[in-house]
Amino acid sequence: MNNIVKNITTSHKSTIAAPKRSLGSWIMYALLFGWAGIQIFPIYWLMTFSLKSNSEIFGGNPLGLPKVWMWVNYSKALVTGKVGLYFINSIIVTGATIFITAIAALMATYALTRMNFKLRKPLTTFYVLGLTVPIHSALLPVFVMLRNLRMTNSYQALILPYVAFAIPMAFMIFSGFMASLPRELEEAACLDGCSIYGVFFRIIAPLMKPAVATVSIFTFLQAWNELMFAVVFISDTKYKTLTVGIQSLAGQYTIDWGAIGAGLVVATIPTLLVYIFMSKKVQDSLVAGAVKG
Amino acid sequence: MERVWKDKKAILFFLFPSFIILTFIIIVPIIMSSYYSLLKWDGFGQGTFVGMNNYIKLFKDEAFIKSVKNTLVFALTSVFIQLPISLLLALVISTGVKFERFFVTVFFIPVIISTVVIGQLWMKIYHPEIGILNMFLRSSGLDNLTREWLGSKDTALMASVVPVLWQYIGYHMLLMYAGIKSISADIYEAAKIDGASWLKTSAYITIPMLKPILKVSLTFAVVGALKVFDLVFVLTRGGPGRASEVTSTLMVETIFKSNSYGYGSAMAVFIIIECVVLYMLIGKLIKTDEVT
Repeated sequence: MNNIVKNITTSHKSTIAAPKRSLGSWIMYALLFGWAGIQIFPIYWLMTFSLKSNSEIFGGNPLGLPKVWMWVNYSKALVTGKVGLYFINSIIVTGATIFITAIAALMATYALTRMNFKLRKPLTTFYVLGLTVPIHSALLPVFVMLRNLRMTNSYQALILPYVAFAIPMAFMIFSGFMASLPRELEEAACLDGCSIYGVFFRIIAPLMKPAVATVSIFTFLQAWNELMFAVVFISDTKYKTLTVGIQSLAGQYTIDWGAIGAGLVVATIPTLLVYIFMSKKVQDSLVAGAVKG
Repeated sequence: MERVWKDKKAILFFLFPSFIILTFIIIVPIIMSSYYSLLKWDGFGQGTFVGMNNYIKLFKDEAFIKSVKNTLVFALTSVFIQLPISLLLALVISTGVKFERFFVTVFFIPVIISTVVIGQLWMKIYHPEIGILNMFLRSSGLDNLTREWLGSKDTALMASVVPVLWQYIGYHMLLMYAGIKSISADIYEAAKIDGASWLKTSAYITIPMLKPILKVSLTFAVVGALKVFDLVFVLTRGGPGRASEVTSTLMVETIFKSNSYGYGSAMAVFIIIECVVLYMLIGKLIKTDEVT
């Protein structure tokens, strides 16, 4: 399978008229590598200064590798700066968001693409509508609801809005994928006496795994990086997620760049790991999200 | 099977959770925002109904007008600087350069990193005394170019725009790259036989065939700019003065700092309308045959 894909891409490559291998192509490579440098340099710089002491960052060695590796920056950020706590909160909020989004959207997609009922069309529009609504519109009303329910400063305060704004995209991605599944499997299972719930949970849900992966990546990036809701709904340190937590950390350690840098690295590592191990899948998820939306 | 697929109880069971969440967090809030925007309300007790007053006030409010103008700067720079760079990169990379996957992967890295991290990082790049930008300028003998990038009224807006452009160039590049890769190889074969150069192939084949994707990119660039919040919030909070204020930072400040819930809601409604109108406008302006 991989070979086929490779063959297709290589044969494709050779057919496009490429710029000639000459001075022009040297300039082109220089520009491409230069641009690659611009895109990763700030991240390299972050990684290095997170391990330096202030005197290295501000004085003799702003750009090179650390001379003395200051791992103490990390313990400072994680423990004193509470980044460890924020990290766990982010894991809880993001994990729950992905889980609920995937299940709720998968169930809705099944009803809206497979089942027959009168309100199917208008409801489909309703589910897609969420794609065009900016989260700004929900900020104050959801805050007022949470305040009335005494639910600000809780995990649900973030999980529910994140799920709501992730569902429309998840529905779009799922419904495209579900349309490609043959109905015969379900019909056979039905004849064997499997209930509709059995059909959904035992046959459809497992077949949807690749689409669930796409949706999970998409939802992960959204929830992990979200700031506006997190800043407004959470003020108690106990429930702060990384995005808000990093803001407090930066306020707390204004001049200790090493500790702030360590906090920023900790906040970035999960995303980078996901990306390093699944770069193609991550890219495909975001392309799918954009093109479907 | 048909009977099973008409099972009302099952339909209800499958739709219930998502329907409730969407209703209470997306639909009801739009109605509530619209209602709040007609009130003078400090967030506690009862608000007083003031009709369209908040909207009239909006268009006389210099801070608000400034924020809309700044938001437009984000949109315009995104369309006229970011998208062309992305397109150029996508066109070059997709010709089958060496290290193709490497470039795609690296150019995309900033996209996945949290805007808060990006913001904190650029704050340090811009730091007047010890930031690497000024340090670089000083070491190149360009001392007169060094300044307080985020702290001065002249540069704060552009200093906030640059990281946004930088972060998402890879995103648009990837969309366009995926689009180019999906164009049939036969077409390029034919162009090659006709002896078309890379420039001509790009101008007459790739770009026209990429129209649906370019439309997606354009929509995202414009609507994304209208919603920009995180980066400005982290870098400047809209300051100094209102130099880098965008509509969403002004909205958050109006609601949660000045406790003008009604007035802030009028801004929220403005942002919703602005987004919907631009969605439709771009849809109308750029006609594509493909139904997506």
